[in-house]
Amino acid sequence: METKMINLKINGIPVSVPEGTTILEASRKAHIEIPTLCFLKDVNCVGSCRMCVVEATGARGLVAACVYPVAEGMEVRTNTEKCRQSRKMTLELFLSKHKKKCLSCERNHNCELQKLSLGYSVDEDRFKGEDFVLPIDTSTPYVVRDNDKCINCMRCVAACKKQNVNAIGPIGRGFNVHIGSAFDRPLAESPCVGCGQCIVACPVGALSEKSNVDEVWKALSDSSKKVIFYTAPSVRATLGEAFDLPIGTNVEGKMVAAIRRLNPYAVFNMDVTADLTIMEEASELINRIKTNKPLPMFTSCCPAWIKFIEQTYPEFIPHISTCKSPQQMFGALIKSYWCEKHDINPKDVFVVSVIPCTAKKYEAQREQMPDDVDVALTTRELARMIKTAGIKFTELPDEEFDNPFAVGSGAGTIFGATGGVMEAALRTAAHMLDGNFEVLDFFAVRGTKGIKEATYLVAGHTLHVAVVSGLDNARTLVEQIKSGEKSFDFVEVMSCPGGCVNGGGQPTLSDSVRNSVELKEARAKALYSSDNNNELRRSADSPVMTLLYEEFLGFPNSHKAHEILHTSYKAHKTI
Amino acid sequence: MNKKSDFHASAEQINKLKTVIEESRSVKGCLMHVLQEAQTIFGYLPIEVQTIIAEGLGISLSEVYGVATFYSQFSLTPKGKHRISICLGTACYVKGSDKILEEVQKVLGIACGECTEDGLFSIDSCRCVGACGLAPVMMIDNDVYGKLKPEMVKDILKKYTDKEANK
Repeated sequence: METKMINLKINGIPVSVPEGTTILEASRKAHIEIPTLCFLKDVNCVGSCRMCVVEATGARGLVAACVYPVAEGMEVRTNTEKCRQSRKMTLELFLSKHKKKCLSCERNHNCELQKLSLGYSVDEDRFKGEDFVLPIDTSTPYVVRDNDKCINCMRCVAACKKQNVNAIGPIGRGFNVHIGSAFDRPLAESPCVGCGQCIVACPVGALSEKSNVDEVWKALSDSSKKVIFYTAPSVRATLGEAFDLPIGTNVEGKMVAAIRRLNPYAVFNMDVTADLTIMEEASELINRIKTNKPLPMFTSCCPAWIKFIEQTYPEFIPHISTCKSPQQMFGALIKSYWCEKHDINPKDVFVVSVIPCTAKKYEAQREQMPDDVDVALTTRELARMIKTAGIKFTELPDEEFDNPFAVGSGAGTIFGATGGVMEAALRTAAHMLDGNFEVLDFFAVRGTKGIKEATYLVAGHTLHVAVVSGLDNARTLVEQIKSGEKSFDFVEVMSCPGGCVNGGGQPTLSDSVRNSVELKEARAKALYSSDNNNELRRSADSPVMTLLYEEFLGFPNSHKAHEILHTSYKAHKTI
Repeated sequence: MNKKSDFHASAEQINKLKTVIEESRSVKGCLMHVLQEAQTIFGYLPIEVQTIIAEGLGISLSEVYGVATFYSQFSLTPKGKHRISICLGTACYVKGSDKILEEVQKVLGIACGECTEDGLFSIDSCRCVGACGLAPVMMIDNDVYGKLKPEMVKDILKKYTDKEANK
């Protein structure tokens, strides 16, 4: 059926849009950006903040453009004095109870409230609000909530709801409304899994990662410490955004050059342990299939997913691959193999993992492996360090990672996008099962769809696989498996919609970008094109893998590999 | 005075709540109703009760808590044997009911919304009991006290403590 088109004018410019379009969306057609605060594409659309108010014929008073649908012949005015005064007042009311510690705020220069306040020439002290000093929640190792900066836009609540985790919600009423966990308990006691989607949804500085930057600076200036950095696959696809480069720019070379200018002992490539994860995980999968162990096997790279299973579906713990994540494998490898080889005491090494993720900070502290990684830094924190150090990122030459952990396969690189771990595993597992299997592209598991299913025939085995991203989708799939409605051999799960490229530790982009760009696709493209340009497409073909297994580990899933590269899980309860 | 919840419930009470949940769960927007029933059964809505409701209705505890804290009719703390309710509606307020509330809090040593250690009294505020002519007004259980002055509070409360002491 053909969609009915609606003709209207926005600030005098005629536009034609499908019926049901909101004024906010329609205005983009006229190249006009209406200011928003609570609205966030795909996440929150409640029309509560009143920043996007416009005048529209046929409407009584000002209307919220983010929820108001267009009508035939409507004339919309977005910048009248009435609109501007209303928005200004709204901002001044927000600021009346906002902790205006902008100078040291992580979101300084990247804050929606600040940007709008400047644009509308607000008087930030016009209304002297009641002092409202709420406790700062630092109970988790990954996120800090400062509710005195919160504007109650509900974007974090919506992001958590979209993940179907629902760890937080609005509490109380009127002036006392604040966001928190049930019974105002610390976030650490809630079902929060640490995905950090709330942080990237926050328009202000109410939510931020728990920063470990100071620890890293300290280690870097400690002459007794050898600081080792390694960067996760997706960081190269997003770090450039923090330096105003186009979304989807692969900045691998500049990233290495920038980290090197912070003076660490070495900069390694986490693609290497992504490959190693595949070697171990593919072998584990084949072993599980051959020995009738629990199937499907779930991937274990995503710590938020692990936390989710341990809290919500502990009965599925035996289904999770025992492989540590690439972050943890790398730390373990540095503090064993690398230290032994260079005759260095592991105690003198300080391992910094750069990741797109906040849950990785939690993972680094897991009781099963507390010594592998000293600090996990988000992409945002690394960007901040580079800026603070005065490194001119965009002017840097492209440099290469340090040996022996410099080169990874394309399979390792695509770990950062949904479907990437599955495809990487399939490339190697298929080849392990059938040496003549040469297919390298598994298109059915690519793309940003929340749930993808595929079946492959390899060496007489029919492999049913599924790929999910976003915890709501993961929950749906687990329920389907539980009820027997679906069955698979291998399932990849990434907690963040679209995978790590859209992780909770990635650069926070302005609303005007987030509301108009398909972030997940644009960022993932950088990884897939890197994979395509890599001569090494299969983890098992990587010379680093050959070296590691020959010199140290023996063979995949060997006793030594189990000791160093595998872990265990434990059920735990939340409120 | 956020004491650790010392929640005690009989199997009968729990079963009653579970029946309410079972009967209501298919109705959209039933949470309010279930919370009201639960408050009738238990007198208040501690975490244990809200957890049963969340699990029973298949919604998150944070959502249940959000609704329970939004409406002033719900209480998260146990209520006293005698429930004091002070009207802070417009008429009572302009006649100084805030001073009455202050006095009651002072005499009992607890804040509005709380319950005394001995479980005898709890204080709440309300909005208009429909006796504006008697403003400022306070209710204790079903008794209405009007045209109050702060100095009258002590004697009124004493009536209840004496009654308990004579039992």
